[in-house]
Amino acid sequence: MRAFLLSRLSQSLVLLVIVSIIGFTILNLIPGGPMAQYGLDPGMTADDLERLKEQLGLNRPIWAQYLDWAWRLVQGDWGHSFRDGAPVVSVIGRHVFATLLLMGSSTVIAIALGTWIGIRGATHRYSGFDYVATIGAMVALSIPTFWFGLVGIYVFSLQLGWLPAGNMYTIGDGSVLNYLHHLILPSIVLALVHVAIWSRYMRTATLDVISQEFVKTARAKGLSERRILMKHVVGNALLPMITLAGMQLPSLLTGALVTETVFTWPGMGRLFLDSLGYSDYPVVMGLLMFSAILVIAGNLIADIVIAIVDPRIRLA
Amino acid sequence: MVASIQAVPPHEAALSVRGLTVSLPKGMERTNAVQDISFDLERGQILCVIGESGSGKSVTANAIMGLLSKVIRVASGAIHLDGTNIVGMPTEKLRDLRGRVVSMIFQDPLSALNPLMTVGAQITEVMAAHGVGTPESRRARAIELLAEVGLPDPELMYHQYPFRLSGGQRQRVMIAMALTLEPTILIADEPTTALDVTTQAQILKLIRDIQRRKGMSVMFITHDFGVVAEIADSVVVMEKGRLVEQGSAEQVLKSPRHPYTRRLIAAVPHLTGKDRPPLKTASEAPILKVEGLVKTYRSGSALFGSQRIVPAVREVSFDLAPGRTLGVVGESGSGKSSLGRLLIKLMDSDGGRIVFEGRDIAQLSEPKFRTLRPQIQMIFQDPFASLNPRSTIGQILTVGPVAHGMPYAKAREEARALLAHVGLDAGAFGRYPHEFSGGQRQRIGIARALMFKPKLLVADEAVSALDVSIQAQILKLLDQVQRETGVSMIFITHDLRVASQISDEIAVMQKGRIVEHGPPSQIFLNPQSAYTRELVAAIPGEQPGAARSVAANG
Repeated sequence: MRAFLLSRLSQSLVLLVIVSIIGFTILNLIPGGPMAQYGLDPGMTADDLERLKEQLGLNRPIWAQYLDWAWRLVQGDWGHSFRDGAPVVSVIGRHVFATLLLMGSSTVIAIALGTWIGIRGATHRYSGFDYVATIGAMVALSIPTFWFGLVGIYVFSLQLGWLPAGNMYTIGDGSVLNYLHHLILPSIVLALVHVAIWSRYMRTATLDVISQEFVKTARAKGLSERRILMKHVVGNALLPMITLAGMQLPSLLTGALVTETVFTWPGMGRLFLDSLGYSDYPVVMGLLMFSAILVIAGNLIADIVIAIVDPRIRLA
Repeated sequence: MVASIQAVPPHEAALSVRGLTVSLPKGMERTNAVQDISFDLERGQILCVIGESGSGKSVTANAIMGLLSKVIRVASGAIHLDGTNIVGMPTEKLRDLRGRVVSMIFQDPLSALNPLMTVGAQITEVMAAHGVGTPESRRARAIELLAEVGLPDPELMYHQYPFRLSGGQRQRVMIAMALTLEPTILIADEPTTALDVTTQAQILKLIRDIQRRKGMSVMFITHDFGVVAEIADSVVVMEKGRLVEQGSAEQVLKSPRHPYTRRLIAAVPHLTGKDRPPLKTASEAPILKVEGLVKTYRSGSALFGSQRIVPAVREVSFDLAPGRTLGVVGESGSGKSSLGRLLIKLMDSDGGRIVFEGRDIAQLSEPKFRTLRPQIQMIFQDPFASLNPRSTIGQILTVGPVAHGMPYAKAREEARALLAHVGLDAGAFGRYPHEFSGGQRQRIGIARALMFKPKLLVADEAVSALDVSIQAQILKLLDQVQRETGVSMIFITHDLRVASQISDEIAVMQKGRIVEHGPPSQIFLNPQSAYTRELVAAIPGEQPGAARSVAANG
């Protein structure tokens, strides 16, 4: 187990280095760059620009800039925003809670609902429920998230007036209830596609387990169908789903990017888009690294959880 | 359901089946899986139900357990379990009978246990489901049961997960589980088919001992007449859903009345201590010479100190003359399949020489070996998995030779000729694998290997997945092919009876080593090593050297 963790951690480190190199390179290939923003200011002279460029270290070759950035990162210095000079860590820190709140609640909805739909679809195969769930999943998968967001806002905020159309809380009202009220619509919208994916996989996994011999053994022992489902089927069916949960994380992150924009949710997704618009390289790179760590950590946690719950791995 | 008013037989057998018909959904090859069968399982007896695949024997067992899938249903008839007719019984009442009055054990002990639950939890669950005992008493009973089925260290076993146990141990756990509530009837569905021969002998003995000790009634489903001879009191023979013969074991084995039974018994490969008459060949120089062959499996990582090293093949040496067959026998994990894979270079060896026609192929790189590959061919175990379902038989047969430079027209001609040769009609050329039965597919597999005019055939468990009657035909075909083409053969099998039928020489493998090597007469009549003696003694229904017990007059 320890050997496994060590090797996975070293792999993750290599992965992070590669991600950072690719991110840095692409960022610098984009035309424009930070100087273009300052150049729009009529008060700026060419000399000023040149001096600024030198101050920010942008006049050096890309590899030197990268090494400099990477070296500081290793020391714990994520750099400062080009926009307002604030440390990148604190800029991200201001937005991270919002995103994690949204992703966390979406994940809970997706797993709970997806698991239930999947199991029911498998135990009541080819029933009306199964057909509706199958078609529903296809619809949720084919329609883009932002459209669901817009329809949701139109129906529940504009027409019915039940839910707020955007933001994380009403200014002046920071109560938990107020947060939850704002959370409902975006988290459901973000969860929809994941409910669809999760329920399909869960249905297949459950069908797989149901056809296994040990389920027949359980019946031959005289167990009730309910107990067979709870004790023998669900546990075994959830096992492959843990890996899936780890792999879903990246798409949840990108989904959050869109959802946050639609609902003016003050999270990392919106910060990323804004920073990209301003060519705020340190913040963009910081976000990139943060997301990469999150995704790698998600997969690592999934592997560890499997190793803990599956005795074949835990005790091997 | 019609039969609930039918009279219970006066002497009241433990299990009594009357006029049972189980229908299949429309569009299947026949309308009924089981057609109007009647038999009794007397109290305290072992009844063997024997038949080939598709005979309906497993469907019968599942019907008795009330475990038929929804699409297959009992159309008519009655099943009396301990006097109660279960046909048409409400699900909840039926559930109560399962595990309490009637228990079942299955063929594959690897998949019959839940991998995520401990052995103990799976046994105590039976008692919990029927509301028997307290957690403490259930635990004590489970440990008692584990001891009863002969598992070592029951206290420890209680907390083990199934993956830690061997196949035989898992089957013992299954038996312990089935015995938990001391049911009247135990149904065993091919419980030893997936096990090694020595393990099979132990499990058969265990079932018989327990049956005698507890006076239990056992319905034992099998396809193996050797097993029938070992344990049966009475026998039911099934063919294509019909019951064709029933009687005492003695009567059915010694003087079978129905032609199907006679055919089945005749087809049972039985141990022969006679050596094959050697084939006359031009040269006696060995076509294959294996010297000190070694293969070690490594898994995990050496860097992080978690490496596992399993020696699969250790210092194996033998010679094979042209036109001769070497049978390689051994139990699972003996290294016999690894040896086969090394010989056809599906896998690289770690040491030693494989001299094929004077040339060491062990160290040859894949591109250099490619020109030799047509001369060494393989016949695989699973005729269902080894043929590409998307290719026609013609494509399967011709693709290899064409890749090795044969013009397509010539390949097609030869393929048609070979199909006829292995006993298939020429129309097979344009058809797909799913249109053929298991035996026919194995014929196709043999034709595929022969397309290359090989000098050496490696057959890995080539008949193990087949019914005995088909098995006999394929063995005959292989023998005929060898006599006509002079091909040398390495025949890998776990079944000593099969090996004795086709081999000129037999190598017995244990833990990667050849422990004994000699002609069948030596191996079966005068074994030199203790392990060979143990293997031979474990063969069900056979007393080598003595008068033949099974199929003596078949």
